[in-house]
Amino acid sequence: MDKFTTLSAPACPLGLENVDTDQLIPARFMSRPRSAGYGRFLLHDLRFDEAGTSKGFVLDTRYSTAKIMVARRNFGTGSSREAAVYALWDFGIRCVIAPSFGDIFASNAVKNGLLPATVTPEDAEALLQRLGEVDQPITVDLEAQTITSGNFQCGFVIDPVRRLQLLNGWDDLDLTRRHTDEIATFRAARLGAEPWVMPVTE
Amino acid sequence: MSAPRTLFDKLWDSHVITTREDGESLLWVDRHFVHEGSHHAFRNLDARGEKLAEPGLTFGVADHYVPTRGRPAIPDDEIAGMVDRLSANAGKHGFRLFDIADPAQGIVHVVGPEQGLTLPGLLIVCGDSHTSTHGAFGAYAFGIGASEVAHVLMTQTLWQKKPKRMRITVAGRLGPHISAKDLALHVIRTIGADGARGAAVEYAGEAISALSMEGRLTLCNMSIEGGARCAMVAPDEVTFAWVRGRPYAPKGAALDFAIAAWRELTTDPGATFDREVALNAADIAPLVTWGVSPEDALAITAQAPDPAAEVDPARAKYLAEALNYMGLSPGQNLETVVVDRVFIGSCTNARIEDLRAAAGVLKGRKAKVPGLVSPGSTLVKKQAEVEGLDRIFIEAGLIWADSGCSMCVGMNGDLVSAGERCASTTNRNFRGRQGKDARTHLMSPAMVAAAAVTGRLTDVRKLG
Ligand code: SF4
Repeated sequence: MDKFTTLSAPACPLGLENVDTDQLIPARFMSRPRSAGYGRFLLHDLRFDEAGTSKGFVLDTRYSTAKIMVARRNFGTGSSREAAVYALWDFGIRCVIAPSFGDIFASNAVKNGLLPATVTPEDAEALLQRLGEVDQPITVDLEAQTITSGNFQCGFVIDPVRRLQLLNGWDDLDLTRRHTDEIATFRAARLGAEPWVMPVTE
Repeated sequence: MSAPRTLFDKLWDSHVITTREDGESLLWVDRHFVHEGSHHAFRNLDARGEKLAEPGLTFGVADHYVPTRGRPAIPDDEIAGMVDRLSANAGKHGFRLFDIADPAQGIVHVVGPEQGLTLPGLLIVCGDSHTSTHGAFGAYAFGIGASEVAHVLMTQTLWQKKPKRMRITVAGRLGPHISAKDLALHVIRTIGADGARGAAVEYAGEAISALSMEGRLTLCNMSIEGGARCAMVAPDEVTFAWVRGRPYAPKGAALDFAIAAWRELTTDPGATFDREVALNAADIAPLVTWGVSPEDALAITAQAPDPAAEVDPARAKYLAEALNYMGLSPGQNLETVVVDRVFIGSCTNARIEDLRAAAGVLKGRKAKVPGLVSPGSTLVKKQAEVEGLDRIFIEAGLIWADSGCSMCVGMNGDLVSAGERCASTTNRNFRGRQGKDARTHLMSPAMVAAAAVTGRLTDVRKLG
């Protein structure tokens, strides 16, 4: 997994709340192999019309090189589709700043190296307003947990475990493999105490 | 004596293998359900050259992409590819698959309980957010993403941080024609679409105890729409009666032994929650959603909101955009909203009780609009046919289809056309959820049936 330490990059203001995962990537694209890249599917129906022609949405015009996205509350709500994170990642987004996130989305994001940075609603509004006025790169510092844009600065919150995972690029599986013996012991005890855990077969 | 614990504390404690210094715990997974959409995770497994850790605890269901008509043929190559890939993975890794031709096939969250795979006290995961459904049995059940699916496939474990505990207590009894779906929408509109964010929710109170297993499944299913990580109801006699005789459930003395253990799965007196919400069942009317989030729910007798009456400009903008997407005018009476079609289906509301409720309204009546009825499982379909419910739907003019996710998410090609308005028993009214530019109104099965009869959103209580 890629590490995340600091990022200075163009940011796209997406002044929407409840940006659900069905919008982030409509279900009809989820049977596609990842190898072809999911970036084009990001917010597809906001960006392209029936014929696949660009509607001139900000991600295809002013913010086509954005690596950071700023949105309103409850970003990534909805389904568990990790493809929503693939679409953001393949488009180039490495950090989303919002006042709150869908729970499974935030977990999926971190597992792919994408930072979900939680700010206060006031700070989100301030950032959205600034970005609407002037194009200015945003600097996100995960070590210091700060967001800076010109003379504006605010802090952000992230679960400490997720922060460490992102900073170090840790993969869960490597950690789990260190506990193989404990898992085997636990399994035996659990199946012994609650035998119905192993389903009876017809 | 140990400190009093909540139901969730007990479920959590019984699955912790180890806890790191930073507070993350490695949890044992008792059941892992996979479906066609799990292909990313299987590819990850193959890429690492790993094998499936516990084929006996892994179950596959073909539901998200399967066609609901003309089976078993799958005309669309891309969809056929998804269904075939799941079969290939099941064959290769040796787990039980309920495939398209299986007599017990259905939507994963209907099949698990129906087969007795879902049991009290289990930790159940699936790469689908509505896995919260299984918590209706007093199980710890939650949806996970593809990376986590891969991790479970390889290790039968997951790293998790203990969620906050929240209890929603609903006093009193639901009125006539008011269902678990109305209760679920009422909870979400009260706490907001992120009101239970990340929390483990326990439902309690008289209204909950009085719910059937089907009702509890609907309520726990929708909890994810309030942001909950998982939801649960303590198991009781209703739960045990359901489990008895299910194919994969313990039987005889083993079942008695299990039930004795399951009786301990309650919140101890004096145990505390991080947050408590108290609601009253008497306050709940039949609800419909007017907007693009499940929190946008109102009593059927109400009017669509008016952005001009909103003081917060961001909120006013949200309302205006949602109304615009939904093609409603500010302040419009919801009962005047004309629908183009109806859908009865999904893991939320396609169990036998749901079909009975809808058929009860449609009996002897004709639908004014076209509609699709897709039972939650092939066994539910069969049961409905034994009861003659299929005749009622067909005579009313609706299409009686096979089981799958169908128009809940449209992956199989069952779509609502752009600009069309659908009264739906599903769980998400997000923009484009049922098809590009489709307009979805969520409501109970009886309310969808009422909308079919009149061709507009209708208070089912008035149809009698
Ligand atoms: S019916 Fe809908 S919500 Fe349920 S599992 Fe299928 S797609 Fe998900």
